[in-house]
Amino acid sequence: MEKLPGKQMVVEALKREGVDVVFGFPGGAIIDVYDAMEKDGNIKHVLVRHEQGAAHAADGYARATGKVGVCIATSGPGATNTVTGIATAYMDSIPIVVFTGQVPTSLIGNDAFQEVDIVGITRPCTKHNYLVKDVKKLPRILKEAFYIARSGRPGPVLIDLPKDVQNQVAEFDYPDKIKLRSYNPVVEPHTKQIERAFKLIEKSKQPIIYVGGGVIISNAHKELRKLAESIYAPVTMTLMGLGAFPGTHEQSLGMLGMHGTYCANMTMANTDLIIAVGARFDDRVTGKIEAFAPNAKIIHIDIDPTSIQKNVKVDVPIVGDCKRALKKLVKVIEEDGRPKEVWQERFQPWWDQIRAWAKRHPLTYKKEPGVIKPQYVIEKLYELTKGKAIITTEVGQNQMWTAQFYKFDEPRTLLTSGGLGTMGYGFPAAIGAQMAFPDKLVVDVAGDGSIQMNIQEMATAMEQRLPVKIVILNNQFLGMVRQWQELFYEKRYAATEFTVTPDFVKLAEAYGAKGFRATKPDEVEETLKKGLEADGLTIMEFAIAREEGVFPMVPAGKATTEMLLV
Amino acid sequence: MKHTLSVLVENEPGALSRITGLFSGRGFNIESLCVAPTMDHTMSHLTLVTTGDEFIIEQIIKQLNRLIDVYKVVDISEGEFVEREMALIKVRAEDETRAEVLRMCDIFRCKVVDVSPKTYTIEVTGPESKLKAVIELLKPIGIKEITRTGTIAMQREKKSL
Repeated sequence: MEKLPGKQMVVEALKREGVDVVFGFPGGAIIDVYDAMEKDGNIKHVLVRHEQGAAHAADGYARATGKVGVCIATSGPGATNTVTGIATAYMDSIPIVVFTGQVPTSLIGNDAFQEVDIVGITRPCTKHNYLVKDVKKLPRILKEAFYIARSGRPGPVLIDLPKDVQNQVAEFDYPDKIKLRSYNPVVEPHTKQIERAFKLIEKSKQPIIYVGGGVIISNAHKELRKLAESIYAPVTMTLMGLGAFPGTHEQSLGMLGMHGTYCANMTMANTDLIIAVGARFDDRVTGKIEAFAPNAKIIHIDIDPTSIQKNVKVDVPIVGDCKRALKKLVKVIEEDGRPKEVWQERFQPWWDQIRAWAKRHPLTYKKEPGVIKPQYVIEKLYELTKGKAIITTEVGQNQMWTAQFYKFDEPRTLLTSGGLGTMGYGFPAAIGAQMAFPDKLVVDVAGDGSIQMNIQEMATAMEQRLPVKIVILNNQFLGMVRQWQELFYEKRYAATEFTVTPDFVKLAEAYGAKGFRATKPDEVEETLKKGLEADGLTIMEFAIAREEGVFPMVPAGKATTEMLLV
Repeated sequence: MKHTLSVLVENEPGALSRITGLFSGRGFNIESLCVAPTMDHTMSHLTLVTTGDEFIIEQIIKQLNRLIDVYKVVDISEGEFVEREMALIKVRAEDETRAEVLRMCDIFRCKVVDVSPKTYTIEVTGPESKLKAVIELLKPIGIKEITRTGTIAMQREKKSL
């Protein structure tokens, strides 16, 4: 058997796991792994400007491809800087593997230079993590880490590598397959439960399919579409579920929840059967839990048993992979269910009601002469990209307007921090996605607040010659918080107004990128065209209506039927 | 409602901290916790007493199972089980109370494990209710110090006729 030092084991494992790019930032405690990577020469390394950017880029890469994203940082501050990125990936079930350097084992616990207990710090926001104290265990740990990250409900895994372990030599016995006695996620759903679900669907007169990010993670979008079309049921998606079902499909009601469509929330409130697939009844979706879908029976498909029965009582829990569960369910429906026309006829009155809701309050906004409305920018962006771009967003109003006004037809085309709501996520995530797909159009929709949280990655994008397009909706406010202050805090704008923002056009130019700006509605299309068509990294800045809000809106803690409308 | 969970967990560094971290992070309650290796030295057995309604207990069990290091979780209070806890109690024992403490030990089948001119240290084993009773009765005499192990428990073997 081949004997290798720990640092080289890491590089070998990356190759065997099919990792072609890693994102990172070096330092004293990880320098040896960097050296081994450099010598090997087969793995592309993207040098970021802040370790948070590395974690988000690995996450963006993972979301766009479905593969495991990898990032590397040094000990101490390097490691702590990745924490927000790790927590972001954890909340949205994104498979990433994070390598951190650590002080030599003899110094651990001594408050050594750049020492931090990163395994302790990340314990609650990783799916699993390791401090490697014995190089002999490293091959198994490397294999386990990738396996755990991508299997079951995916998530981030961190491996902390003390400097001496990186240089100790041991046999590199890398297992092809791995079986863990304590970790065996249930993938195959129970057939009996599928049959029970089918019975509920048969009885229902007013069903709704409620789709979350799990459908995208398990690549179940085709099966989902089959289910929806074979029973002619309406489909609504969470923020994380957007793209799992075509947004332009006639059965799509759009997003639900706090900033969901009136139609989706009303349908959810009045349904007699929720078919939840890969979603977790988050508080942003349910609103006031006591008033949530009072007449509904619930079928809940999820690979993570903890998601089931956590927030709402479920009638038919189905633990398993969404794709397999949907396949089985569709099969039962096709074999034993009614013909399509009969379902259609049965649900017609329900659809009449849904269409009436959709007509009463469609997604809309008020146009004002001379003022750029952010929704208009997103609409135009959708038109010009023909809905084909990979869109990343930051967090806040920019994110919600994108979710509302860009129609996502394909999975893995919206990359956004849903669970943790991390400002500064979108731009580095776009870098990760663009690394995976150099020829695709990748656009980060940002606000003037959140873009500044990881603006330093402009240099990374320039260095890698990545043609990421950044749309900045600039209202010189932290808009979402300002909106809450306007609505619920009597317009006391505490710490939400920016009196200084950089000149984003000049900023782009300072990094060697191109910048464009629009201040009037009739400049929007032209600016977008210029920015999207120009080579390389560009910023398109739009001076938008300063106090525009995101509507509909369900105030926090209210029932989802109590929406504030435009 | 009180539940006694029996948890088999990989004997790995950090495993216990994952479990206690889960309880504090998700706002669950730990009443007592007892950990020791099993016959298989790669596994530890953990007895955990917690409280909560059926939904909370369901979540606790599921969340424990979700931890990579956790092999098995059983809510043994769902069926028949035996539980034991041990306490060492250092109790004031001077002149007139010395005999009284010994009498109490006799009644509750406790053992005196250390003697000094002014104290007895007694060892008491039993279900939590027994410990409670002993402690209550010794309190007026004067407990100087007390340490308890926390509950350990085991399912009863099914008896057939």
